[in-house]
Amino acid sequence: MRHQDESPIVLLGSRLLTPYIMLFGWYVIFFGHYSPGGGFQGGTLLAASVLLIRISGGRRVSRLQIQEFATTPLAVIGVIIYFATGLVAMLMGGYFLDYELLPFTGMEPAMVRYWGILIIEVGIGLAVMAILVMIYDNMVKGEDYA
Amino acid sequence: MIWELELVIYLFLLISAIVALEVKDLLVAVVMTTVFSFLMALLFVAMGAIDVGFTEAVIGAGVSGVLYVVVIYQTTRHSND
Repeated sequence: MRHQDESPIVLLGSRLLTPYIMLFGWYVIFFGHYSPGGGFQGGTLLAASVLLIRISGGRRVSRLQIQEFATTPLAVIGVIIYFATGLVAMLMGGYFLDYELLPFTGMEPAMVRYWGILIIEVGIGLAVMAILVMIYDNMVKGEDYA
Repeated sequence: MIWELELVIYLFLLISAIVALEVKDLLVAVVMTTVFSFLMALLFVAMGAIDVGFTEAVIGAGVSGVLYVVVIYQTTRHSND
């Protein structure tokens, strides 16, 4: 491979594009029950925005966004959100992930189910994003390609 | 869906698959697999499976291209010229 210098045009383009991809990822996560999409697709969009900055800017720039040691705790937090919601529904006397029985007081069952699905989707998106970024970080092993 | 448009997408799908198999440069092959999965996403949407098409566009055209590029950079020999 030829030695490649850091290109300011590529970095500027990806810096311009990244926030909109990330915003669209959050939109896909939060509107997963109305429209196509959901936690997995939204989390992959978030991971794509993070990977775009990583592959175009290298470690010097991506250190400012999500550091390498932060990916594993983020994935663990996502999985814990998922399983805690399911197990709380189980402790309240229902099945695993039985959204109706979640302990939100003063809400009708449809809204309780709505919020339960939203919490699950946020957990899935966080775990998917962190694990995809972790796969990239483990593949490059600290080398720079920018 | 208009069947002529689907036929054109199928033709481009075949062309991109054959180019991805036959080309020597690996980066061109990666770009061609990305084009393949994007056309596949268009076909999924045309067949009514919007969720599957969305996943295919995001995974196949977004993340797996980045991972393939990283694999190519890892496996080629680095020369200092």
